[in-house]
Amino acid sequence: MNIHEYQAKSILKSFGVAVQEGIVATTPDEAHKAALALKEQFGSDFVVVKAQIHAGGRGKGTIEGKDQRGVAVAKNADKAKEIASNILGGTLVTIQTGPKGKLVSKVLVAQDVYYPGASEPKEYYMSVMLDRSQSKNIIVYSTEGGMDIEHVAEHTPHLIHKETIDPRVGLQPFQARKIAFNLGCEGEAFKQMVKFVTALYTAYDRSDSAMFEINPVLKTSDQKIIAVDGKVSIDDNALYRHADYEAMRDVAEEDPTEVEASKHNLNFVKLDGNVGCMVNGAGLAMATMDIIKLSGGDPANFLDVGGSANATTVEAGFRIILQDPNVKAILINIFGGIVRCDRVAQGVVDAYNSIGNIPVPIIVRLQGTNAEQAKKLIDESGLKVYSAIVLKEAAELVQKAVDGKL
Amino acid sequence: MAVLVDKNSKVIVQGFTGSEGTFHAQQMIEYGTNVVGGVTPGKGGQQHLDRPVFNTVKEAVEKAGANTSIIFVPPPFAADAIMEAADAGIKVIVCITEGIPVKDMIAAKEYIKGKDLTLIGPNCPGVITPGQAKVGIMPGFVFKQGKIGIVSKSGTLTYEAADQIVKAGMGISTAIGIGGDPIIGTPTKYAVEMLMNDPETEAIVMIGEIGGSYEADAARWIKETGNKKPVVGFIAGQTAPPGRRMGHAGAIVGGHDDTAAAKMKIMSECGVHVVESPAEIGAKMLEVLSAKAK
Repeated sequence: MNIHEYQAKSILKSFGVAVQEGIVATTPDEAHKAALALKEQFGSDFVVVKAQIHAGGRGKGTIEGKDQRGVAVAKNADKAKEIASNILGGTLVTIQTGPKGKLVSKVLVAQDVYYPGASEPKEYYMSVMLDRSQSKNIIVYSTEGGMDIEHVAEHTPHLIHKETIDPRVGLQPFQARKIAFNLGCEGEAFKQMVKFVTALYTAYDRSDSAMFEINPVLKTSDQKIIAVDGKVSIDDNALYRHADYEAMRDVAEEDPTEVEASKHNLNFVKLDGNVGCMVNGAGLAMATMDIIKLSGGDPANFLDVGGSANATTVEAGFRIILQDPNVKAILINIFGGIVRCDRVAQGVVDAYNSIGNIPVPIIVRLQGTNAEQAKKLIDESGLKVYSAIVLKEAAELVQKAVDGKL
Repeated sequence: MAVLVDKNSKVIVQGFTGSEGTFHAQQMIEYGTNVVGGVTPGKGGQQHLDRPVFNTVKEAVEKAGANTSIIFVPPPFAADAIMEAADAGIKVIVCITEGIPVKDMIAAKEYIKGKDLTLIGPNCPGVITPGQAKVGIMPGFVFKQGKIGIVSKSGTLTYEAADQIVKAGMGISTAIGIGGDPIIGTPTKYAVEMLMNDPETEAIVMIGEIGGSYEADAARWIKETGNKKPVVGFIAGQTAPPGRRMGHAGAIVGGHDDTAAAKMKIMSECGVHVVESPAEIGAKMLEVLSAKAK
């Protein structure tokens, strides 16, 4: 589960990680007030106004129809209010949102941390994640902070370091010191970096996170080490242990059909194609999408109905897929094992009758337990439903549907 | 011979009296699997499906001689169940449970390291040696006895592959569903290695999906060890968008190397017979074997 920057920072802070402080605002007036409060606390007129959406590239992204970036520095509270009024309610388009962009309903008004002082501020990169090949967590870090880490990895891979955490003992002090040394920290900054890394790993571990990415980690001009940005993804499987994090879920950031599907316990991912599909099992669902592509179509979705493909789930699936006007055909692919194909077939017929006139051809491929009875049931239903038993036949039917010949 | 499970396997079910455990234990018994009992803490001493219930795995090992366990315990307790089985000396642990927190699996995987056992899963359909033992949730009738081994991350796609193999006139030696989570006990390479070393297995179907590097690792191992048996391969998720989780917790494209295209390319280069369409698995195997026979 992904969360907003301001939520990520609240989690980090709760484990003692130093962060760039800020206040969330949903209106320009609130932003104004937040800027004044920050001035009171930190003594500077300057604040940063940051759009809160679940996508990166905000600083370089722009608000649609306006000359306004998604992250901007304001020299005083009035300016912060003006920037907030540009951003709030606008659609932010970044490299990660795609051309449709994302509606911004919150901004984080944050303290200015790039203030001048005894030394130049310096940015680093740090993330914590699972290394699947080792089945262990790793801390990835680099002196090249504040920029696209994929770019750094491609062009200067020697500047990216990895530290593996032994699950039996967790992060050890010598590892935190090694990281601070490798980042070139000295004196007070060194001490602060050791503290930062230690707290960061504790936060990752205790929060059951699947990924932390802090870019940049900043060494301020007065040798503090703080997280200026924070991308946190919580392990969905562990959310039952963290009701407080689950409450952070922002459904406005998710595709509405995906939210609806999850209410029906359907595993659904919206895609941009023209052939919808409904499948039991995640692997077979992906394979079915591939078949659609190979048959000349494009998958409109990923949909795993799981082990219980009955009339209710099939109907819910139909309704969700049909919300997409681009869908020209639907392929149902069920491999009946424990699930009996004739029951699924009856479910398809019932759902079809319940919905009424489905305007696109339905191709049903049922294989496994009672496949023959299922095919007969579909064929004799009199509905505009095409049945297949072998996967290859289903692929050929999809091809015909895509070509408008069905 | 066969790998992992056969008619000599003495199987216990952890989470025996729950609804999933009960249903699938019944199915396994009907299939002919030697289910010697089950474990549900607090219900020890009872009988369930005409078999004894034990409080601990240790007790099941001592009293019923269990050497294989299948786990249907809910996600919050499943990692603990794996470790309990390992501690009790179970040799083959099959964990069906989907949705175990990653943190718990890191600990469980570390716990079993160095112990003389094999963990299959979690989030998997299990293992079947047709005609001998089904330690899993797969529909047994699909798997006819034969000489093709299957290794797969996905459940229904395993059934699909087995069905195609059988329809093409061949059969299955052992099918291993390794699981779709980011952390699993037996990555593709090790499952393929077992089948390569199994005299009953003539050829292998290797089915993967997007995310991680297990298939690429397996392909490189196959090449390094001289491509001893023909391998037909397929990777699901050629059309999956980057960064989105496709059902399985591990099925997410994170970089350039874990896309379906990248994996298929590496597999081809290592001499695996890669099919683009999942509908071609059976036909491809037949073609490869008849070419070999000539």
